[in-house]
Amino acid sequence: MADGAAPTAAGPAARLSRDGLPLLLFALLAAAPFAGFGDGASLTLMARAMILALAATGLWLLVGGAGLISLGHAATLGCGAYAVAILDAHGITEGAIVFPVAILGAGLFAFLTGAVSLRTSGVHFIMITLAFGQMAFFTAASLAAYGGDDGYTLYGRTEFLGGRLLESRLVFHFVCLGALALVWALCRAVLASRFGRVLRATRENPLRVQAVGFSPYPYRLAAYTLAGMTGGLAGALLANATEFVSPAILAWQRSGDLLFAVILGGLGRLHGAMLGAFAFLLLEETLSHVTAHWRLLFGPLLVLAVIFLPGGLVGGLVGGRRKPGGPA
Amino acid sequence: MPIGLLLVQALNGLQLGILLFLVAAGLTLVFGVMHFINLAHGVQYMLGAYLGATLAAWTGSFWLGLVLALPAALLCGLVLEVAVFRHLYGRDHLSQVLATFGVILFLNEAVRTLWGSAPLPMAMPESLSGGIPLMPGLLYPTYRLAIIAAGLATALLLWFLVERTRLGMLVRAGASNAPMVSALGVDIGRLFTAVFGFGAMLAGFAGVLAGPIFSVEPGMGDNLLILAFVVIVIGGIGSIRGAFLAALLVGLLDTLGRSLLPELMRLFLAPSPARQAGAALASMLVYVVMAAILALRPAGLFPARGA
Repeated sequence: MADGAAPTAAGPAARLSRDGLPLLLFALLAAAPFAGFGDGASLTLMARAMILALAATGLWLLVGGAGLISLGHAATLGCGAYAVAILDAHGITEGAIVFPVAILGAGLFAFLTGAVSLRTSGVHFIMITLAFGQMAFFTAASLAAYGGDDGYTLYGRTEFLGGRLLESRLVFHFVCLGALALVWALCRAVLASRFGRVLRATRENPLRVQAVGFSPYPYRLAAYTLAGMTGGLAGALLANATEFVSPAILAWQRSGDLLFAVILGGLGRLHGAMLGAFAFLLLEETLSHVTAHWRLLFGPLLVLAVIFLPGGLVGGLVGGRRKPGGPA
Repeated sequence: MPIGLLLVQALNGLQLGILLFLVAAGLTLVFGVMHFINLAHGVQYMLGAYLGATLAAWTGSFWLGLVLALPAALLCGLVLEVAVFRHLYGRDHLSQVLATFGVILFLNEAVRTLWGSAPLPMAMPESLSGGIPLMPGLLYPTYRLAIIAAGLATALLLWFLVERTRLGMLVRAGASNAPMVSALGVDIGRLFTAVFGFGAMLAGFAGVLAGPIFSVEPGMGDNLLILAFVVIVIGGIGSIRGAFLAALLVGLLDTLGRSLLPELMRLFLAPSPARQAGAALASMLVYVVMAAILALRPAGLFPARGA
């Protein structure tokens, strides 16, 4: 069965083989700070990787789950990040307020833009998500009170019950890991549910789904909103990781990066998004050490990956290839 | 706002619209005929500007630079088509978006490596560097008027090519049913390549024209590309006529919005917030219009026939 969340009445052994890779990844990330990767640079890189993976997992829900190609996912990260910045500017740094606001704010943005975008399909959907992404970008750039084009520097990370927990790199590492594992488990459960099955059916053939008596629209809108909420969470974490928020987070190129991470990992399995995000950052990190002009190598690698690795890393590793979904 | 300033802004908008049309025409043709989304089309505009600026500096003449840059841009387009894009025609839109995104990363960086990050200066041709009086005391740059004229002439030529020649007939036929055209004995692969190269050349032409008035720098094509996508979506994908009208609409909307909206907001707000809110609204305006049009008429304002 090629699909990541395909529900099968399997025993623990089959379950382990299906979820083995992501669980191994989580275990490795949990052990990494104590196995020689506890220095600041490694923790910073891993935090970035986990946040990117978190955002990519949410995007996978759309691209791999529903067959909806969004080129505006970075906007939801921007909503989350700007929620942190705007609340910070008004003196609110309590995590119990900041994180829900970031998640719900991004969810609301996704719900409103999704309600319009999902009326279209195919190329038009790509373009309209791109347009909404650009609108969010220009809105952020015009927020003069919160830095405008130059961005906004946070004075400190989000607190919890007044405690400056996240200031510790190690705690932040585990917060990111926990969030990633939670979102992965949530998306996996969503895809395996009845809702997820209808969603995946709308990817394969919306017409038949309608014939069976479902309307694809509310399912797609719910998935779009959910993906937006995960984007909001990723954005709030990203703001805390860099302690800086700028419109660059919302640039359409960032949406392209996210989409690339998802495809690099592969649409065959949900954890492809995580693999892709890690591979993406590793590639970027390695190449940028080789040359300052690392994009000269990165661009062609992207092209080659698309042409020669249609199943992504998951397809290559597990052989769980499915034909790339047609235009959504 | 005085009527003279309004006239100047309208002409600026028209000129932006013309440049947008030159870029969008190639984009919409390539999409219409090959159902291929080419994010890298904006880079071809940038390449045109760089080639034009470099060749003009070498030869010491804007006109020689322009004449030499066009075949060079055509060549770049053909090389890209053969090396990369040809392998993506049969693939889904997602693969096309990503692979062409990779081409953008590569070419933006290549330009930065070759020419540096600093904007490249490009001189206006002597003969067009003056101004033309629109009304007493109000000069408008001749060069910008020349861009408008050149763009209109190109649009006319394009209309003639597509509607009145055998090649144009094949392009239109290919757009509505490629397998059938192929079955009738036309080498559709070569037709695709020709359309692609021609589109790249048009984008390069726009780049050379824009060189003296915008800054020639890496990434200059990215923002124009997004606007060109807005244009083809508003105009109806695959329709040249739609692209032309939508390009003028977007150009005018964007330029007039930027100058008029801050003034308009002043009716409701204090001067400083009015300026900010107006500027923010103006930069979002075209995207709002696009979202509204897509939501109401998903196929665009002027959908291509038979598509």
